[in-house]
Amino acid sequence: MIRITVDAEPLEGRDGQTIAGVLIGAGRTAWRSAQTGDRGVFCGIGVCHDCLVTVNGVEGVRACQREAVDGDRVEREVRA
Amino acid sequence: MTGAAAAGAGARRVAILGGGPAGLAAAQAALAAGAEVTLLDEGGRLGGQYWRHHEQLTDRRLQHGWARFERLKGVLDRAEVHTGASVWSAEASDGVVRLRAVVGPADATSRTALEIEADAVVVATGAHDLALPVPGWTLPGVTTAGAAQALAKRDGVTVGRRTVVSGAGPFLLPVAQSLAIAGSEVVGVHEASRIGGLAAGWLPRPWQLAGKAGELVEYVGALARHRIPYRIGSGVVRVLGTDRVEGVVIAALDADWRPVPGSEREVACDSVALGHGFTPRLEVAIALGAAIEGDRRGRFVVVDDTQRTSVSGVYAAGEITGIGGADAALAEGAVAGFMAAGGSLDDDRMRGPLAVRRRMGAFAARLERAHGIRPGWTSWLADDTVICRCENVTRRTIADRADAPLRAMKLATRAGLGACQGRTCGRAVEAIVAEAGGSPEGFDRRPVLAPVRLGEVAALGRGSTVVDTEPARCDDAGTTVAAVDVQ
Ligand SMILES: Cc1cc2nc3c(=O)[nH]c(=O)nc-3n(C[C@H](O)[C@H](O)[C@H](O)COP(=O)(O)OP(=O)(O)OC[C@H]3O[C@@H](n4cnc5c(N)ncnc54)[C@H](O)[C@@H]3O)c2cc1C
Repeated sequence: MIRITVDAEPLEGRDGQTIAGVLIGAGRTAWRSAQTGDRGVFCGIGVCHDCLVTVNGVEGVRACQREAVDGDRVEREVRA
Repeated sequence: MTGAAAAGAGARRVAILGGGPAGLAAAQAALAAGAEVTLLDEGGRLGGQYWRHHEQLTDRRLQHGWARFERLKGVLDRAEVHTGASVWSAEASDGVVRLRAVVGPADATSRTALEIEADAVVVATGAHDLALPVPGWTLPGVTTAGAAQALAKRDGVTVGRRTVVSGAGPFLLPVAQSLAIAGSEVVGVHEASRIGGLAAGWLPRPWQLAGKAGELVEYVGALARHRIPYRIGSGVVRVLGTDRVEGVVIAALDADWRPVPGSEREVACDSVALGHGFTPRLEVAIALGAAIEGDRRGRFVVVDDTQRTSVSGVYAAGEITGIGGADAALAEGAVAGFMAAGGSLDDDRMRGPLAVRRRMGAFAARLERAHGIRPGWTSWLADDTVICRCENVTRRTIADRADAPLRAMKLATRAGLGACQGRTCGRAVEAIVAEAGGSPEGFDRRPVLAPVRLGEVAALGRGSTVVDTEPARCDDAGTTVAAVDVQ
């Protein structure tokens, strides 16, 4: 079991899951604000950049590619 | 450096880019031919798309040909392997190939630089999904079919609880099975091709499905077991919902994939998986100078009998040379790796791979004929449908600028200039431009081959540090030897 926070709210995930996996496992489908509405995972393999989040202060991390680490602080991004 | 130690002094140095079926088979064959092998993949684990997995999270029922994967990994203790290595620059000149990568967690700021120099390279970068735009496809809950597959396999999750699968090609079947096993009810699988197309394609020659046949039979069984309807000549033509997916509109599609008027019906669901085919990841091959051939229905790396591209020392295998699936990728990879290492096609060990490559080549042609994208799909778009997801550019905006040269059109509309560099929308934009009377093509070339941070590039530019990271080791040795394994 790992614990991360998403916009300060704690979420639990399974060891080894990607950040997208943890978010989806917790029932979330969208976590980035785009001009035409919220976005989450689209391609799932790091190509489309729809699922970007800020992780431990670093912007532009593909949630579907980054393995979640216990204690990760994930923040929502707002982009055009 | 285990690779250097394993091969004899003066051995040919072969770099392999991609750790999917094609790259792994290439590594095995190059080692068998006596080369010193370095393999790179940006993923955290080897296996590519076909064998995407996580030791604790992947349901074994979703894995196929696992013994083969273990055999391929088993020989890699004689190679230098870098996972988590994103190759962002590649060049070939004067008989030397240079690959530059950053190694570490995806998109981290702390990645280390890695530069590989080799006498030959096998490019095996695979493909990503080609999901055609549909009104409403930017709503949360819509993913590509491959994403549904990857999330189910790698993370053991599904985006929704009630999913509609829509697109074209046999890949929709394993996706439906994975969704069902991972916990989503699959309301239906909608295949755009009609029975006529399938009959002209692979139905009359099912034996060409070869290794795939068993797998397909299993998927069809899974559809029946999970009571999942499979409907040909139909597809999702609109996604409904305000903040997220609430349903879809399904329509019958004619032979050109034009929605049949009056056939629309609404279906409630909370997620949609779209997959109308695959787009090869050509950027590395293009950067190396390899010739590309085709039109906007599909462009691929040109290779000869030995899987060599138009550039000496540069070989290509797998989906980037034509969409043929994992068996074709394995066979082509074996040939490419063996030849890159200086082997000969007359070698007995090439017989198996060459036979499979021949058979699967015919299969790929039939797949394309049966399931290839038909031009009528654009008639399910609305004027205000977002085509470029990164920059939110609509169909109307693109069509209005269709007469401008593609570069000017892109600069004026920003279509294809967002974070994904046109990977997601390129084919759709080309179709819309062509339909509006413009001349498309030009979405394949990308200055940076993989996402890399500006700071990282700057640091690498200043005296490019070569960092040797400890290579990953795989100790589980293979057991039985199949005909196409090159040992
Ligand atoms: C999301 C997805 C899921 C799929 N799932 C299945 C499935 O379950 N069953 C099935 O039969 N087919 C599946 N396919 C089809 C798949 O294309 C083939 O089955 C097969 O994996 C192709 O083998 P390959 O070796 O050519 O490419 P791939 O398996 O795609 O391997 C290419 C590898 O190259 C790496 N790579 C690419 N560019 C770079 C770079 N710049 N730097 C470093 N590494 C790089 C990638 O990380 C990848 O691991 C899937 C395709 C996709 C897109």
